[in-house]
Amino acid sequence: MIPWEELEPLRLGSLKFDPAWLPQLGRGLLTTLEITALCIALGAVLGLTLAVLRVYGRGPLYWLSSLYVQFFRGTPLLVQLFMVYYGLPSWGIVLSPFASSVLALGLNTAAYQAEYFRGAIQAIPQGQMLAARALGMSRWLAVRSIILPQALRLVIPPWSNELILMLKYSSIVYFVTLMDLMGTAKRIAASNFRNVEVFLLVALIYLGLVVAISALLRRLERRVRVPGLGGGAEAEAHH
Amino acid sequence: MSDVVLRVEDLHKRYGREEVLRGVSFTVRRGEVKVILGPSGTGKSTLLRCITRLTEPDRGRVWLEDVEVTGRGVDLNRVRASIGFVFQDFNLFTHLTALDNVRIGLLKVKKLPKDRATRIAMEQLERVGLAHKAAAYPAELSGGQQQRVAIARALAMQPKLMLFDEPTSALDPELTGEVLDVMTQLARDGMTMVVVSHEVGFARAAADELIFMEGGRIVEQGPPEALFTRPQHPRTAQFLKKITALYEGGGALKDER
Repeated sequence: MIPWEELEPLRLGSLKFDPAWLPQLGRGLLTTLEITALCIALGAVLGLTLAVLRVYGRGPLYWLSSLYVQFFRGTPLLVQLFMVYYGLPSWGIVLSPFASSVLALGLNTAAYQAEYFRGAIQAIPQGQMLAARALGMSRWLAVRSIILPQALRLVIPPWSNELILMLKYSSIVYFVTLMDLMGTAKRIAASNFRNVEVFLLVALIYLGLVVAISALLRRLERRVRVPGLGGGAEAEAHH
Repeated sequence: MSDVVLRVEDLHKRYGREEVLRGVSFTVRRGEVKVILGPSGTGKSTLLRCITRLTEPDRGRVWLEDVEVTGRGVDLNRVRASIGFVFQDFNLFTHLTALDNVRIGLLKVKKLPKDRATRIAMEQLERVGLAHKAAAYPAELSGGQQQRVAIARALAMQPKLMLFDEPTSALDPELTGEVLDVMTQLARDGMTMVVVSHEVGFARAAADELIFMEGGRIVEQGPPEALFTRPQHPRTAQFLKKITALYEGGGALKDER
């Protein structure tokens, strides 16, 4: 173990960074990462379902999924979080700050991810579905084995943005007393009034994460790229 | 046992106020090749799509052998799996290699084990002369090659009938030959085919019967030589003269290059 408490503070001009903050910020960072990962995963599963319903669903399935997307995109994220954390208990549903945060952020990002998925699905030419049906595939089989494998490749760039946004938006969980990276920073700053140093450090941590996530997803995008689908340069080269 | 593979009876289809099909009937026997031609917008493509109900006809009946395709409770996916459909713009699955394009129906629809599906798919790619392109993605193939893969994809399902919807009209003139060669060979191998196409050379070489359509109806049908040399209907004569000039002229142009 590193004896953080005993290390000398780092001084930059009038700024003073205390290494003793790091273990606390590390625990906060872990919470931030957990919340982001869980809400993005919940949002991806729910969002993909909503997107498929909005494109292929009829009747109530179509309009219920549309209503969902409209509601969660049309109201503030913080309002949604408070409805879950402060509102649900009056119906007897009491969730921990962590569970409330994952649920509210997950339901919210699902609506946005649904729109990205829907856009990608609709970008696939009609002929693909037609050819799949002509081969004897059911609509559902065609969606699974022809449409989605293409749409998921197309969706990576906008989806990366959503992941980055959620990483940053997750800082609002501090409002429901959860000690994520932001909450921890606020607590440290309140105890020593080193607002500039603490928030600057936290900003840099967020920035580092965003840069790392972007790089990872760009790598993923390159790995699954297929000529003629999305990222044009490579496909064009063959003509 | 009847050797009628396809029977189409009184098909009707309208889009809004426009009547695209106005009572089309014909039969195709085993091993027969019928070429449908006619001015654009006369319902030829709609007719092919109505046969497999990719487009739902308003009225009329279709039989594939003794199964009524338009019948209630028919297993449409099964019917479609036994009719090969070749599209004007190929519609190869963009995210799959040539091999996977040919194999996917065998794996997902026919549920064949992978090694058998692969063997059949490779045989069919071989048949259209593209075994060496098995690993290529559609975007890496020329239009003619894409269409040949699309034909292989349809053939792999061992169809009872092949439908071709203007298979060469999206191709540059110098690429139509390779596709027509494959189709001509198929016809010689005894495949039952209905082809919507204006390729006069192919029609003369491979068709058992030409069907001339206009305004959603069959105007005239008969053996190619009869239709070309002594058409009964003035519209047929006019049209055939026009496309003969166009396509055979195009062919001559091609040879000069």
